[in-house]
Amino acid sequence: MAKPKEIANRPERLTGGHRLCAGCGAPINVRQVMSVCPGPAVVSVATGCLEVSTTIYPYTAWRDSMIHSAFENASATISGVETAYRALKKQGKVKEDMYFVAFGGDGGTYDIGLQSLSGAVERGHNFVYVCYDNGAYMNTGFQRSSATPCGAWTTTSPVGKEAAGKQQNRKDLTAILVAHDIPYAATASPHNFKDLMNKAEKAFTTPGPAFLNVISPCPRGWRTPGDQTIALAKEAVQSCYWPLYEVEYGKYKINYKPKGDKKTPVADWMKKQGRFAHLFKPGNEALLEDIQAYIDRKWEELLKKEECL
Amino acid sequence: MARKAITGNGAIALALKQVEPDVMAAYPITPQTEIAQNYAQFVADGAVKTEYIPVESEHSAMSAAIGSCAAGARTFTATSSQGFALMWEMLFIAASLRLPLTMPVITRALSGPINIHCDHSDSMGGRDCGWIQLYGEGAQEGYDNAIQAFRIAEHMEVRLPVMTMIDGFIISGAIGPVETLEDDEVKKFVGEYTTLNPLLNVANPVTVGAFDSLGGWYFEHKVAQNRAMDNAMKVIEEVGKDFGSLSGREYSHFKTHMIEDAEIVLVAIGSAAGNVKTMVDTLRAEGKKVGMLKVRTFRPFPYEQIRQALSNACVIGVMDRSDSYGAQGGPLFTEISAAMFGGETRPKMFNFIYGLGGRDIFPDDIRGAVETLEQAAAGEQVSQTRHYLNVREG
Amino acid sequence: MSKTRPEKKKWDVSDIQKWGPGRHEKGATIPESGNAQDYKTGGWRSERPRRDREKCNDCMICFFACPDSSIRVENDKMVDIDLDHCKGCGICAQVCPRDAIEMMNEIKACKLEEK
Repeated sequence: MAKPKEIANRPERLTGGHRLCAGCGAPINVRQVMSVCPGPAVVSVATGCLEVSTTIYPYTAWRDSMIHSAFENASATISGVETAYRALKKQGKVKEDMYFVAFGGDGGTYDIGLQSLSGAVERGHNFVYVCYDNGAYMNTGFQRSSATPCGAWTTTSPVGKEAAGKQQNRKDLTAILVAHDIPYAATASPHNFKDLMNKAEKAFTTPGPAFLNVISPCPRGWRTPGDQTIALAKEAVQSCYWPLYEVEYGKYKINYKPKGDKKTPVADWMKKQGRFAHLFKPGNEALLEDIQAYIDRKWEELLKKEECL
Repeated sequence: MARKAITGNGAIALALKQVEPDVMAAYPITPQTEIAQNYAQFVADGAVKTEYIPVESEHSAMSAAIGSCAAGARTFTATSSQGFALMWEMLFIAASLRLPLTMPVITRALSGPINIHCDHSDSMGGRDCGWIQLYGEGAQEGYDNAIQAFRIAEHMEVRLPVMTMIDGFIISGAIGPVETLEDDEVKKFVGEYTTLNPLLNVANPVTVGAFDSLGGWYFEHKVAQNRAMDNAMKVIEEVGKDFGSLSGREYSHFKTHMIEDAEIVLVAIGSAAGNVKTMVDTLRAEGKKVGMLKVRTFRPFPYEQIRQALSNACVIGVMDRSDSYGAQGGPLFTEISAAMFGGETRPKMFNFIYGLGGRDIFPDDIRGAVETLEQAAAGEQVSQTRHYLNVREG
Repeated sequence: MSKTRPEKKKWDVSDIQKWGPGRHEKGATIPESGNAQDYKTGGWRSERPRRDREKCNDCMICFFACPDSSIRVENDKMVDIDLDHCKGCGICAQVCPRDAIEMMNEIKACKLEEK
């Protein structure tokens, strides 16, 4: 990968003037991914914050061609674009080498868009799918998704006498993509931009489908100050809530392993977010322990995968 | 020109092969499956340059077709019934993005109960999704319409998707004679594909499917879409005439049979038009002044022309192969009624719903319908507007 | 990839408020890329980032962390902050390892500028 300074000299692929919230994690991730895209691209975006805020007619923040058609079908849409490209390239009607990328939030990826993503990956289209995971349906005002962490408040996993936020653990989407025998899958975080861009570049240059799952803190939905976005992404990684790893043709590699004290308690990270505030009232200690146990179990599982696979 | 014994699906697959679009995205569904599999074979044999996307659902079929068409490739898909219903959301989006897709629809009943046979619940349910809709009577019209669809959709004053219907099984699965054109004739007829703001133009990237909400121009975009439908009225006729010069089979929005002096006119759509025509001939031989109008263009609906064509009729019986629950009658009935409302003299209007879920329609059913219309013509009271033909009333 | 991308078609939307159905591109396509640049989001800001040139070593961390593409870089140097688009989130100040960026109340900053 080129040096960050060289990358920073390149023309912007996503302009300012979009209307995502101040401090939103999504455009940070998009900028980092697109900055290493090796050539002109077509971007497909699922309905969501990123889509509605970057293409408010008659303005678009995209410097590459962009298409949005609906919520659940960013992958199917880009598979059509990519196939058209192959058809027209074969006929000599398109000359340039082009790249294809789809962006979806966790709602558009873990939930409603999972079938479309699975189909496109199985068919082997040459594209990169980037899930910007902010852990809920933020665009419609914070409803739970299958990526919402256990214990988090959302408007459809509310806090009440009978429930302390979301009752279930997250879906392990990256594992589902790995189960497709996808050539390249990785998790990333915008605080470690070198790692993220390195993975994005690998994703773009790997033939066939590639998948990136990037954590994308949401100040509004997480109930956090806008300037803490990067800090919170970093702490998510340090606590192993969001481990950084990549899987190339089934081979696991963990990119960051916090040792000893460096692996921070997940509660420290949660405490900084208003969506978990209710868990820090007396009586929820057991739930916090369960959450920590789940994080530890998944982390141990990942270490074993790296060892065995 | 050749004459082939071929199924309706086979004829349509052949038409598409002769057009040889850049991309096809399709999911199999009864009774459309034969088109998807025939075309897959053409691709496997290297008989076409088309790239085939074997998607995992009809929602993705339409989504991939949208992506491909927006990218700048001539694209088609095909479907039936539940598949059509699963595409529903994307049908509106394809039309509002003004993408010149084409799609044969092999009409079939919608669940439930699940039923795989013919009626028009699928395509008629999609009448307001912004697609141009052409109905064919038999395999020949299915073949001819599938070719013309590209010219109509891609016309710069139209740029709307076109679906062409044939009746499931009755036509799609039956082998019959079809006059086919030569490959080069078809290619010349449809011409080179002209792109408009394609995604794959590196020199000029575009954004397709932007967000245009409150305070924006959504309303203007919708009006533009309906004006394109208005333009399509003329274009469908022009293309139909051109196709006539090429094939000897000229097409317009509808066809009439013996209506000049007819007091009673039956309006039909799809394969049943053939049955109705036969019955009209029988009744004419009996001295009855009966005629028929067969609708081809359902969207845009040719109100003016149909009103004029039916201006001499005293009583009109409209035959619908789908129902519209809670409405005064089936979709074709409400359109014909609306067309006739603007005339100077208003005929009496009746609706005959038949053939749901593939139920057969017999000559006596049509004769019975005409008898009801004769009662009305004679001034007798007919108690209801909506009648069901060949339904058990135990 | 080449740094200079092909020249784009400029789409004039200055009188778009008056546009009827026939004036828009078919399908509401935006026929130009990146024209959100013409839409200023700087007015959202209640705090303004100010950089101390002396402390800054052009490490580019703020560049990659900015959600609004508002850190302007030329020839390996951070040249300034695009205040037309910066929404004042404060991430740049927060991530700077050398404390070279501080956030200042926007009204105060404006007054300072006037002086």
